[in-house]
Amino acid sequence: MIRFEDVSVTYDGAAEPALVGVDFEVPEGELVLLVGPSGTGKSTLLNTVSGLVPHFTGGTLRGRVTVAGRDTRTHKPRELADVVGTVGQDPLSHFVTDTVEDELAYGMESLGLAPAVMRRRVEETLDLLGLSDLRDRSLATLSGGQRQRVAIGSVLTPHPQVLVLDEPTSALDPAAAEEVLAVLQRLVHDLGTTVLMAEHRLERVIQYADRVAVLPAPGEAPLLGAPAEMMAVSPVCPPVVELGRLAGWSPLPLTVRDARRRAAGLRERLTGPAPRAAGPAAEAAHGPKTNGTPPPARPRGPRWFPGRRKVTAEPAPGSGHAAEVRALTVRRAHTEALHEVGLTLTAGETVALMGRNGAGKSTLLNTLVGLVEPTAGTVRVGGLVPHRTPPRDLVRHVGLVPQEPRDLLYADTVAAECAAADRDAQAAPGSCRALLSRLLPGVPDDTHPRDLSEGQRLTLALAVVLAARPPLLLLDEPTRGLDYAAKGRLVTLLRGLAADGHAIVLATHDVELAAELADRVILLAEGEVIADGPTAEVVVSSPSFAPQVTKILAPHPWLTVTQVREALA
Amino acid sequence: MHPGAWWLWSLALGTAATRTGNPLLLALLIAASAYVVSTCRPRTPDARSYTAFLRLALAVLLIRLVFAVALGSPVPGTHTLVTLPEVPLPHWAQGIRLGGAVTAESLLFALYDGLRLAALLICVGAANSLAHPARLLKSLPGALYEAGVAVVVALTFAPHLIADVRRLRAARRLRGRPDSGVRGLLQVGLPVLEGALERSVALAAAMDARGYGRTAEVPAPVRRTTTALTLGGLLGVCAGTYGLLTAEAGTYGLPLLLAGVTASLAGLRLGGRRSPRTRYRPDRWDARAWLVTASGAVPAALLTLAAATDPAALAPAVVPLTAPTLPLWPAAAVLVAVLPAFVAPTPKEPS
Repeated sequence: MIRFEDVSVTYDGAAEPALVGVDFEVPEGELVLLVGPSGTGKSTLLNTVSGLVPHFTGGTLRGRVTVAGRDTRTHKPRELADVVGTVGQDPLSHFVTDTVEDELAYGMESLGLAPAVMRRRVEETLDLLGLSDLRDRSLATLSGGQRQRVAIGSVLTPHPQVLVLDEPTSALDPAAAEEVLAVLQRLVHDLGTTVLMAEHRLERVIQYADRVAVLPAPGEAPLLGAPAEMMAVSPVCPPVVELGRLAGWSPLPLTVRDARRRAAGLRERLTGPAPRAAGPAAEAAHGPKTNGTPPPARPRGPRWFPGRRKVTAEPAPGSGHAAEVRALTVRRAHTEALHEVGLTLTAGETVALMGRNGAGKSTLLNTLVGLVEPTAGTVRVGGLVPHRTPPRDLVRHVGLVPQEPRDLLYADTVAAECAAADRDAQAAPGSCRALLSRLLPGVPDDTHPRDLSEGQRLTLALAVVLAARPPLLLLDEPTRGLDYAAKGRLVTLLRGLAADGHAIVLATHDVELAAELADRVILLAEGEVIADGPTAEVVVSSPSFAPQVTKILAPHPWLTVTQVREALA
Repeated sequence: MHPGAWWLWSLALGTAATRTGNPLLLALLIAASAYVVSTCRPRTPDARSYTAFLRLALAVLLIRLVFAVALGSPVPGTHTLVTLPEVPLPHWAQGIRLGGAVTAESLLFALYDGLRLAALLICVGAANSLAHPARLLKSLPGALYEAGVAVVVALTFAPHLIADVRRLRAARRLRGRPDSGVRGLLQVGLPVLEGALERSVALAAAMDARGYGRTAEVPAPVRRTTTALTLGGLLGVCAGTYGLLTAEAGTYGLPLLLAGVTASLAGLRLGGRRSPRTRYRPDRWDARAWLVTASGAVPAALLTLAAATDPAALAPAVVPLTAPTLPLWPAAAVLVAVLPAFVAPTPKEPS
């Protein structure tokens, strides 16, 4: 269906080709997963299929790409629109019209299908993707998962034979990701659609792939093979595979179910010193110690707030907490974004804030930095009321790295950005740059922040925020778009900061990150705290928030491969 | 319901409003259109623009009154309400007066005049909220479709831009800089434009990949005929308009204009063959659309007629000061405009 014949792509002005030696074929009805670290040309490879490379982006394409017998050199993207459907990383930038139904019909209108056919297919697609309740809704009002499903639906209606997806689940919470993946599987199984997909979150998608293409490093030819074989050599792999490698299982398991069936022996070997003592204690006993400092004292045992019970027995204010939130309610345009939320953050503690898209995680973080004014209740950060404190003073108490780190960056070089950060934070000149070099060596001074990779940009934003040395650090979805290596670096870095006494709050969908990093997990649903306690206790009991290692080794409460490795050593 | 019908209805009501200065008739007209809007407007965020238009109309009315008070009015009046101190102006500003006596007559005249303008604005607002202008674009002929999409994209662009500005100003606060003031706005300007440009490029890529701009093969004679018809038609329209506007041309103006319009329309229709596009659920012009259009046209026609036959009732005098009366059959004509509230389909509740 898709044929790559010795394809290489060089962008204008680039010294090295972005992609070399791609030579394989994707047969009809197969789901091929494209994996590899960032910057190895995954998006470029995807865009050659739809013809956007080189017709839209420019650059030179050598070799030949044929899709359903059409050569992309002679066919423009619009002439391939009836055989290839492409969904990019950001569904919002994909939308042309403003309501769900019109968006689904748009592609068919361009292709000139008969009105009766269009009507039938729109109805079918609404049902297939579970969107029929949303048909009249404005696209701007949809949640992340709904947007992604509409974007997929909008390219499905012309019945393309090939579907090309760039990171379809990265921005989604675990449940919404499941929804999208279930749809993809249905397409592949029932309609015989060929799917080519790139994704960083392998733990979510690897089990659906028929074959995997690995782009090992920039400038290297991709390797193609069965998922289990490829995972043995891939530089990036999900926890289930890592555990399989650790235990020496062959072939490697790809799903939790496979792994569980083999894990009986491993479970027995691990019965000894189980990390039952909960979160940080377990980290202390088994987790990697980045700088040898003892973990912070456990704040409290697990607390559960079923229903609407209010927070009781909070410690007195001003008792040295990094932040304190009591009975916080935030109402926005008739909807309650947060309802009677109460929590205390202690220095040196790492907290993961989890929950669906739209559960109120970002609102809570924004309230802590004073971007949102509470409707009721109190918020104190280092003894200050955030929304009444001038920004200049507040930055020295709390810092937030927003979902899109680029929002924080205004200057046109890294050096200028660091200098501006020093001025803003009234820190000694050069301190932000020193911090950046410590966090991530090798970021050149004269690069434009826009040209940095996703991980580098996040680190720069982090350095900018840390220049003011805030005792409380908040991160909103830090791992979106990061590959495993960049994520690993982030984990080490944040552990170091926590050991230095920073209190850290991460709002994240990434259960593996939470398992790796957090002492405590707070689950939000519909603006209410539904669980608050040590990571091990909260995530183990939740099927959608449990990390893969926990699912495999249940009932033992192991969270990460690192823990298991240390225990076996 | 065809959006064109709503626009015709509203514009016809607007025309009716310009025909009369009678505050009772104008109030009746505003009430009629407001009633239709409240029963028929779709439950979408765009439909809320009606309130904005109401506010704008009120502002226009107030500004008109303030001007009448501050700058005086040519209306001679005897009932002085207050006398403001008059600012002496140099001789070259003769004819302009600042302050001075404010008479009941001049205020009332300004009120009637402002009310007429406000009614016109409210009618446009009604059209906007009953049928979003973007929906009108769906009914454009195929040849103009690509221009229509550009307008739609531009229309959705503005809200995105505002959201970007808000987000980036919030981000300034995170950097420890004040998030208000003009300087803050200027500093986020460049990143906002950069972001907007990137989004436009991404959208263009997505549209290209989804088949925007596909063309069908058209035989050369058809192509040539299209060009000839369009160019000839436009020339005809220009010459015809000129003929209509110059007094001495007399007879050739109107026929030439009509021929030009016909030729242009035929050209557009033929030009549509180049684009293989089809339409998903096009809005149909049905009996209801005819009824709605007629219910707007009737008041417009009758009020124009009334303005010719009975000018006194439609433009009540302010000198001498009299209470306006409601002329019976023009009022009945205005009430016809409420008809859409009963014939138009009721909007669906949002899911």
